Amino acid sequence: MTDVLNPAVHHGHDDAHDEHHGPTGILKWLTTTDHKVIGLSYTITAVLMLVIGGLFAEIIRFQLATPDGHLVSLAQYNELFTMHGSVMIYLFAGPFAFGGLPNIIVPIQIGAPDMAFPRLNALSYWLYLTGSITMLSGFFTSGGAANFGWVAYAPLSNAVNSPGAGADLWIGGLLLTGFSAIFTGVNLCATIFYLRAPGMTLFRMPVFTWNLLVTAILILLAFPVLTAGLIMLYCDRHFGTHIFSVQGGGVPVLWQNIFWFWGHPEVYILALPFFGIVTEVIPVFSRKPVFGYKGMIFATMTIAALSLGVWAHHMFTTGTVLLPFFSFMSLLIAVPTGIKIFNWIGTMWRGQIWFSTAMLMAIGFVVTFLIGGLTGIYLASPPLDFFTHDTYFVVAHFHSVVMALVLAGMAGLYYWGPKITGYILHEGLGKIQFWFLFIGTQVFTLPMYLLGLYGMPRRMAVYPHNPEWQHLNEIATLGAIMIGISTIVFVINVGYSWKKFPAGDNPWDGHTLEWFTTSPPPHHNFYRLPQIRSERPTWDYNHPEHKALEHGKHEESHA
Amino acid sequence: MKQVSRILILLGIFFLAMAIVYWFWSKESGGSIMIFAGSLLCFMPGSYYGWWAKRMAPHPQDSKTGTSEEGAGVVATFPGTSIWPFTLGMAAFFVVLSLVFGIWLLIPGLGLAVWALLGGTAEGRRGGNH
Amino acid sequence: MDTPALPPQGAANRPRGWRRYRRFVALPLAALALSGCTLPTFGVSKGATTSSASVFHLWQWFSLAAAIIGAFTVVLIVWAVLRYRRKGEAIPEQTQYHLPLELIYTIVPLLIVIGLFAASMVVENKEVANPTNNVQVNVNAFQWGWKFSYPGSDVVVIGETTQDPVMVIPVNTNIHVILTSTDVVHGFYVKAFNFSRFALPGVTNDFTLRPTQTGTYFGQCTQLCGLYHSLMFFKVRVVSQSDYQSWLAAHKNVALYNASTKITDQQLSTLVATKYTGTTGEH
Repeated sequence: MTDVLNPAVHHGHDDAHDEHHGPTGILKWLTTTDHKVIGLSYTITAVLMLVIGGLFAEIIRFQLATPDGHLVSLAQYNELFTMHGSVMIYLFAGPFAFGGLPNIIVPIQIGAPDMAFPRLNALSYWLYLTGSITMLSGFFTSGGAANFGWVAYAPLSNAVNSPGAGADLWIGGLLLTGFSAIFTGVNLCATIFYLRAPGMTLFRMPVFTWNLLVTAILILLAFPVLTAGLIMLYCDRHFGTHIFSVQGGGVPVLWQNIFWFWGHPEVYILALPFFGIVTEVIPVFSRKPVFGYKGMIFATMTIAALSLGVWAHHMFTTGTVLLPFFSFMSLLIAVPTGIKIFNWIGTMWRGQIWFSTAMLMAIGFVVTFLIGGLTGIYLASPPLDFFTHDTYFVVAHFHSVVMALVLAGMAGLYYWGPKITGYILHEGLGKIQFWFLFIGTQVFTLPMYLLGLYGMPRRMAVYPHNPEWQHLNEIATLGAIMIGISTIVFVINVGYSWKKFPAGDNPWDGHTLEWFTTSPPPHHNFYRLPQIRSERPTWDYNHPEHKALEHGKHEESHA
Repeated sequence: MKQVSRILILLGIFFLAMAIVYWFWSKESGGSIMIFAGSLLCFMPGSYYGWWAKRMAPHPQDSKTGTSEEGAGVVATFPGTSIWPFTLGMAAFFVVLSLVFGIWLLIPGLGLAVWALLGGTAEGRRGGNH
Repeated sequence: MDTPALPPQGAANRPRGWRRYRRFVALPLAALALSGCTLPTFGVSKGATTSSASVFHLWQWFSLAAAIIGAFTVVLIVWAVLRYRRKGEAIPEQTQYHLPLELIYTIVPLLIVIGLFAASMVVENKEVANPTNNVQVNVNAFQWGWKFSYPGSDVVVIGETTQDPVMVIPVNTNIHVILTSTDVVHGFYVKAFNFSRFALPGVTNDFTLRPTQTGTYFGQCTQLCGLYHSLMFFKVRVVSQSDYQSWLAAHKNVALYNASTKITDQQLSTLVATKYTGTTGEH
């Protein structure tokens, strides 16, 4: 067999230099433009945000464990759920999804030395960090943090109903993180368009990279709309405009249209990267290629395209939107999502499944997302949405979905952690974390579906007229405690496994290009590149007699 | 690059169709404008890439038989370490804080921004720090 | 190697792919049909209006579809997880795709979704219809209470938070509700009607309900509207048509719970503190 290794592409300077010169310590961190360091900073900051948002959640759940909780006041409760949602969506899930793991992994997966615009990449991180600080600093103002829900509906978010710096800090924080996201979207697109290695055609890219490409396009389509809306809101609050207020000829519901035009693509911006993680983990731990690679990409693009046309399903109860259009488009999104779920199952089918922590988390994701996705179908039907909207049924639906994303995120950390750090996390502790997280998620969400059907609205600090809801609330709180425990186990695992179990280049017999290089990768990622002739270049290199079947099930091609 | 162009143009056509259907069915101007703008945002880079794909030398990354030798040589310029992203980030931070805590914060904000843009541009022209 | 791989032993006559699982789907469906078509409630009830009953039935059919699809998919996952556990180091067949199967699980969900859409539109059209023979009630939502006024009768009921203002309406009559808000967005939600609608400032929303059962039903604001959002309660009391007429006559020109001078924040806090103490409150 001929040697398929070729010298790596050369770069514009001498690699050896950076090992010995350049800034050290904190100055090194402040001046880095290396996508691996930036991505790791994003990941650590995002996980910190997850913990902060989680703390808010635990307080909320303890307040709700009794019908007339006095743990927090009514005003504090409004701040808590506003900041819980805001921190989790804007400061954890988004940055983790498109700034954390993708920043590190996408360039390596396509054989690039770095992102296309490394300094812009670094700027993205600093905007994210300062945006997070800005938003959270609302707690330290006299009026408290923002308290109008993570969606900030007008007129509740105007200067009359929400005076105080907390609201403006919330807006300001989102302006910063919004630009952070837009710049990351630009970087991802440019990197994927221009910096792929030779032979890495678009349809040989890993599904994770594909999903990030589609996510980046969605970011560029959607985030500017949010930024514009935020600026309009700020103007209404401070410059005397009347865009969203009735007095002065404005239209309050316009805010909802603008917000959700961003807001719905946003949830797919959050979800697609996690779908991508799972689509990397499941094939590797089933020792088979992705089932239906082209179908997966088609499904991803369909989801993204449809997602721009469903925003008003969050507004069915306003009485001002075209119900049939949005209902039909929303129901349609179930089809490509179903394709993805069946493709994941098809990947496992007749495989040799290895239940590592990453794989357990990925399977947990599929089951949990199935539940969340199915309940989403109810919400796409206006008559069914009319009585579940703004109840705990919706809260349960989206928590099923986002907890599924957390499971997928954990799968990504366990799977790629060794590649990034060079060390494997302890598998036993990982499995304990998995069971607490997976079972905790179901114990947390399933009672909330029932609570919503029994009539419990969301954003309630107390429920004094309905003590019969207490029992289910207690169970949900128990689930939240289990999720909290799983997070503690994760932190313990990180500490316990610190620099203990060296990983080697390819501990999982991974398929894609990042498993060809060292763990962690060198400066500019590769000493050598293999020949790229499929979407699994490392697998092809390591298992040339088991290349993917090109022409159907019964023909095998050989080198 | 041609594939990228095709994908973007297809998305643009889909959004245009969606905008037309939505407009004639709902007569709601806000959403119609937003979807239509989305289609323009796809046509713009899509048509540019289509135009450029015909004029550029084919990249080895777009070829199914591309080899490392074909891609050998300088990939791109990567700037190495740089203080300017952090500086520009701090500038943006101050500008946003000025929205909340007073217009005087625009002095450090815009000041840092100008410094970062000048410094960063100069650094880019030098080829970066290695 | 040119000879195609043999199928697994004994598998030649077994149906492939999804067809194997037909029997798992057919059995529960058959059981259901045989049980006389009483579907489980899946957590919702028929409610107290004509449209709430239609919504309830729609909910049941959606839930049946979700239960079947969900169970089918979970069975597939559990089966794969148990049956295809790693046994040794052998590398399995590297199947990449199966176009007919992929087309099936694209088209079948598409057909299901179209069916769900059609069913939803039938019920939705009933809910958004506004027949002309009706009794009209104006509902105005404000921070943090409700005002019910009956045009043509000069009756106004108004109350804040735990005062639980009551909207009295006659049974077996079309009730045309005009819903407005004077300040921020509120949500008019009555669980027993399987329905809610936003009260938007600057927008006049309207809908028609036809109650079928007398009784008192709880309502609450569902859209975050500020500090006392959790306590923005109201009740709907459905009475016989004659009782309704007497109630209207008795309360003509009397604004109940006069709130022409809006109560102060301090009074509101006291009201809230004394009214809810963690026990059941009025029922």
